[in-house]
Amino acid sequence: MTQSRAAWVFAWALLAPAILYVMVIVAWPLVETFRLSVTNASLRPTADYVGWDNYAKIFDRDFLEIILRTFTWTFCSVALKMVIGTCGAVLLNCAVPGRNLFRILTMPPWIVPMAIGIFMWGWMYNGQFGMISGLLQRFGLVDGPVAFLAYGNSAYWATIITDVWIGVPMVTIYFLAAIQAIPRDLYEAAWTDGASRWYRFRRITLPLMAPAIITMSMLSLIATFNSFDIIWILTQGGPSGSTTTMIIDTYQTAIGSKKYGEGAARAVVICIFLSLFCIAYFRMTRRLGTAADKA
Amino acid sequence: MSDPAITGTYVPAKPAKTKTQVAPRARRASTRAMIDRYSVTEYVMIYAGIALFLFFMLAPFVEGFLVSLKPLSQLFSTPYSFWPEGGSFEAYRTMWVRIPYFGLYIFNSLLIATVSTVIVLILVVPAAYAFARFRFRGMALVLGAFLAVSMFSGAVLLIPLFRLMRTLGLLNTYWAMIIPGAAFLIPSAIWLLRTYMMRIPPELNEAAYMDGASQFYTFRRVILPIARPGIVVVAIMTFIGAYAQQFIFALTFNSKTEYMPLPVGLFAFFGKQEVIWNELMAASFVGIAPALVIIFVLQRHLVGGLTAGAVK
Repeated sequence: MTQSRAAWVFAWALLAPAILYVMVIVAWPLVETFRLSVTNASLRPTADYVGWDNYAKIFDRDFLEIILRTFTWTFCSVALKMVIGTCGAVLLNCAVPGRNLFRILTMPPWIVPMAIGIFMWGWMYNGQFGMISGLLQRFGLVDGPVAFLAYGNSAYWATIITDVWIGVPMVTIYFLAAIQAIPRDLYEAAWTDGASRWYRFRRITLPLMAPAIITMSMLSLIATFNSFDIIWILTQGGPSGSTTTMIIDTYQTAIGSKKYGEGAARAVVICIFLSLFCIAYFRMTRRLGTAADKA
Repeated sequence: MSDPAITGTYVPAKPAKTKTQVAPRARRASTRAMIDRYSVTEYVMIYAGIALFLFFMLAPFVEGFLVSLKPLSQLFSTPYSFWPEGGSFEAYRTMWVRIPYFGLYIFNSLLIATVSTVIVLILVVPAAYAFARFRFRGMALVLGAFLAVSMFSGAVLLIPLFRLMRTLGLLNTYWAMIIPGAAFLIPSAIWLLRTYMMRIPPELNEAAYMDGASQFYTFRRVILPIARPGIVVVAIMTFIGAYAQQFIFALTFNSKTEYMPLPVGLFAFFGKQEVIWNELMAASFVGIAPALVIIFVLQRHLVGGLTAGAVK
């Protein structure tokens, strides 16, 4: 079988450059992160093996708090993205004039440079002169100016809202595609039987969208868990640590304080969580895939 | 990091059209029209919902644009006023003085995005073809590994990447921003292009083989020309991704002002105590102009490209 042997060589030759590139830029650094996490690497040229010291050092009350905060922050953000994305997809699926334009108009937050969208939110949250505070004052909902990024609680929610804003377009477009893949016959049959619009949504759209919602929430969970730009630009983890997630914390330790060893240990903890999400995601898609095949 | 194409990992079931469901064409058409007919109340609710949704999506842009037109004196006055009074495009002129490297930032952003796109395409086009056409032991595993790459953001791997760039002497060069960034654009590009290439009929390969064409010749002369539209879509998506996500590597691996891409260049400006907001917003709008132009010129490709991975 010389043909298949030639094909084998050819196929792997096609793959080789991409594999090599990803090995050097992603796989090797991943291994290196683990190695560094058991050393006291810093700006000094040499580093010594320190065993589990870094891990013993980082696991204190503060770090547990950061983990907890990362999970609540991520959960709130993903939940909001899913709800708003579903509403958006259902609305954009309605056969009303102008819907093509509306679909395109949802995309800018996704497509423009992230940092620039975040600058705009930075202005919106501005206490003295920003739009949100200004409108709230005008409608008499608050007495004085509210500097959203200056207080822990509001900064926490402000960063979530911005994260949701950036994530919603992708979720919406994906859900829209999922809705459009639902066979029209089902709706027509239900309509013929006199099912109301709400009933059709609840009993046809939602169940058939469910796999897409689960897949997307997993992907969104992973992306949100990794979120850096938004928090860094808006608050840099402040005020007094109230928006410090694990990524921000790792960045501050490693790049800010140049404690590479300790930073790597924090990064390893993130990697462990990400791997768990990743495994859950692959298992889920496989199960959904087989379920979909059977259906 | 959001990857549009890996969202396609789940492919919604496409039900086989069974013959029994086929109703007379006329009746189907009328049912379809009736189902899409809304009462006045429903119209109002739908449009109100869409308006609210789009308000959330677009308010920062509208507000940002209005801010860029307002003179500073009006900007820093209370109570808040939405419409600019005596608005002008003055800030669009003065920002060039305030941000001396502005033109260079945009050039850098475009350069970094372009070179990243070229690198990604060179790596991804052959790989996607291999994944689409050949099934050898181990390839599924490699594909899974590629997809897993997109799960790890650059932020997690920053420390070893920083040391790697330092060892290679690439810190404070364009390459320090291009090389790591490109790696994270590969997974979604592979997924998207693989989906596209799987639609090219394998009979073409067989015919070429019968005619005595080598594997490489078939790839270059038969597959690549057919796959061109798909490659264009992937190139656009990769470029948008590369243009939109220039932050963390540029922030960490480069400290030279003349190499900074726009987001980081403006971030330095944004971080100052006295932010000249109208000029920052004007600069932002000029900076997003390329992305907006791409959206409106290539919208047809874009909607297709964004959803191609998701639904076959």
